[in-house]
Amino acid sequence: MDEPVVECRDLTKQYGSLLAVDHLNLTVHKGEIFGLLGPNGAGKTTTILMLLGLTEPTSGSVRVIGLDPARQPLSVKSRVGHLPDQVGFYDGLTARENLSYIAKLNGIRGKEMQDRIRTALDQVGLSDVADRPVRTFSRGMRQRLGVAEVLIKRPQLIIMDEPTLALDPEAVREFLDLIRRLKEDGITIMLSSHLLHQVQAVCDRVGLFHKGRMVLEGTVGELAQRVLGGAYRIHLEADGGTALDEALRCLPDVVQVTRDGARTYHIEARSDLRADVARAVVEAGGRLLALSSDIPRLDEVYTRYFQKEATYAAAA
Amino acid sequence: MQQQPETLTLGRQREGSPWTGLWAVVAKEMADHLTSVRMLILEALIILTAAGTVYAASQSLRDGFGGDTFLFLKLFTTAREPLPAFVGFLGLLVPLLGIALAFDSVNGEFNQRTISKVLAQPIYRDALLFGKFLAGLGALALTLTSIWLLIVGMGLLRLGVPPTGEEVVRSLWFLLVTIFYGGVWLALAMLFSIVFRQPATAALASLAVWLFFTAFWGIIASLLANLLRPVPLGDPLALIDQVQLELALARISPNTLFTEVALATLNPTVRSLGLVLPIQLHNAVLGTPLPATQSMLLTWPHATGLIAATIVLFALGYVLFQRQEIRA
Ligand SMILES: Nc1ncnc2c1ncn2[C@@H]1O[C@H](COP(=O)(O)OP(=O)(O)O)[C@@H](O)[C@H]1O
Ligand SMILES: [Mg+2]
Repeated sequence: MDEPVVECRDLTKQYGSLLAVDHLNLTVHKGEIFGLLGPNGAGKTTTILMLLGLTEPTSGSVRVIGLDPARQPLSVKSRVGHLPDQVGFYDGLTARENLSYIAKLNGIRGKEMQDRIRTALDQVGLSDVADRPVRTFSRGMRQRLGVAEVLIKRPQLIIMDEPTLALDPEAVREFLDLIRRLKEDGITIMLSSHLLHQVQAVCDRVGLFHKGRMVLEGTVGELAQRVLGGAYRIHLEADGGTALDEALRCLPDVVQVTRDGARTYHIEARSDLRADVARAVVEAGGRLLALSSDIPRLDEVYTRYFQKEATYAAAA
Repeated sequence: MQQQPETLTLGRQREGSPWTGLWAVVAKEMADHLTSVRMLILEALIILTAAGTVYAASQSLRDGFGGDTFLFLKLFTTAREPLPAFVGFLGLLVPLLGIALAFDSVNGEFNQRTISKVLAQPIYRDALLFGKFLAGLGALALTLTSIWLLIVGMGLLRLGVPPTGEEVVRSLWFLLVTIFYGGVWLALAMLFSIVFRQPATAALASLAVWLFFTAFWGIIASLLANLLRPVPLGDPLALIDQVQLELALARISPNTLFTEVALATLNPTVRSLGLVLPIQLHNAVLGTPLPATQSMLLTWPHATGLIAATIVLFALGYVLFQRQEIRA
């Protein structure tokens, strides 16, 4: 039985007259990486705080690993790791000392604690600097130390709030690799970000937030399909004249073909048509010069979705 | 400051004990206090003061001032120009110590952005706040006890006589009350560290309260008493009334309470605090010392007053902290 790790039903949080989270329905399954994506102020952090029982919902229900975080906060917090946005450390203490405080707060002591600290430091690649004060750490190192603190409790679920914020591209890449490794260890992961393209590569599924509502949910491909019409964009460079135009348009699953100059084509399609496109070029007697496809960018999905919403609203 | 009416889970059945993780917090905070430069400076200051004043006092006592009874207690209370007595310094330094231990305890966690992380661990806010308070009180007790031991040692060396049992009981009681006195300031500074996001603001606010009670409250109490209970010419009863009101008002200040305890505990001939009417003395032999237990009884209300003030301040901070929004 595939028991959901996180389940929200009509989860709502109201601050005065502001609905920070508005009737959120969300299910995250075991072993998934789920991305809570959306611009600043969309309600991602509020959702996360409610999942951890750090803020009480105004209405609706939450279950995390089958528990109610408002009633069983200790059980939830000992099984769920939380990496807050812009996590801080006791700067005067070393990485190891920071970790051992967190371990003790989790009731882990003695040899068990030493073992777990060593493993966690290994996992995030900080073993060499374990005894240096955190004051001397770079942002990337701090972020990884944050993950180590979460790993200490051997969590079933890790919730990270804006984990890639303020990291340079290299550090982001390393961090995303780390997240993939955690998934391989069977840990379910939720992460939030307003930098959609940064995290779309690691997320199995994403939920797009806007003003407290989750407006879209699914895999990146599904969303692109729904919003952009075509999930695949193929870029073609070929000599083939108007015959090729026709041939491309007739391919199954093609949504749109646009020509850019004499020989550059952009094709939007519902499936990966690269092979079919190549064949079409050859069959139309053209010369294939280059062929590439790009993965749809979530930013684009997001922007397009709201353009549509706006036109819809204007028309109504 | 952001606040919202939430998470006040009083009255609802909570899972597990509110004190889960308490000792982890206490141990970490204690270690912080004992290694912090700020505490080292203050401790050095107090130890120097203790050594200086007690040395001077022992000099006076060796020269034969102060008679030959309760010499050990007189180490605390004997002043020798230009220095005041050690208790006088304590009245000033203990509040400073209490404030220094707590003025950044809660807002420091917010500013370092460690608070949301700590509260995402399986502990309640109760454990964090109470752990910080206990650690502060522990550090305070440790400092004051070592100073007490230092004074005992100096007394043995300089005076050559060990303290009597009576003196040990009295000075230990005084030590205990001094710790409670520090506790009030600790709880106050902690409250301000919850109310104000800036540690500097919290420290200044605590110092303002301290200054208010040290410098101004006495004057205000006497003004108020004058205003509320004016004395018509030649009415001794009204005068007594006024003096008693003034005393009651003055005792709102923890400083007054502490000074009175110091007076009654370290000076066994003090038989009563406040106004003494001749009739109350009808079978007391003036100048004879009270037994230690009697002095303790006399200052019992003061000690409970200090503890009560600490509890009220802590409870206030607790309620505010429970209601505080944790996103940093
Ligand atoms: N304590 C609070 N009081 C009032 N409004 C708040 C509070 N906390 C958050 N909000 C508002 O709730 C909305 C959602 O915020 P948040 O969950 O932090 O967004 P995100 O994490 O997606 O950037 C924002 O408009 C924010 O201003
Ligand atoms: Mg946020």
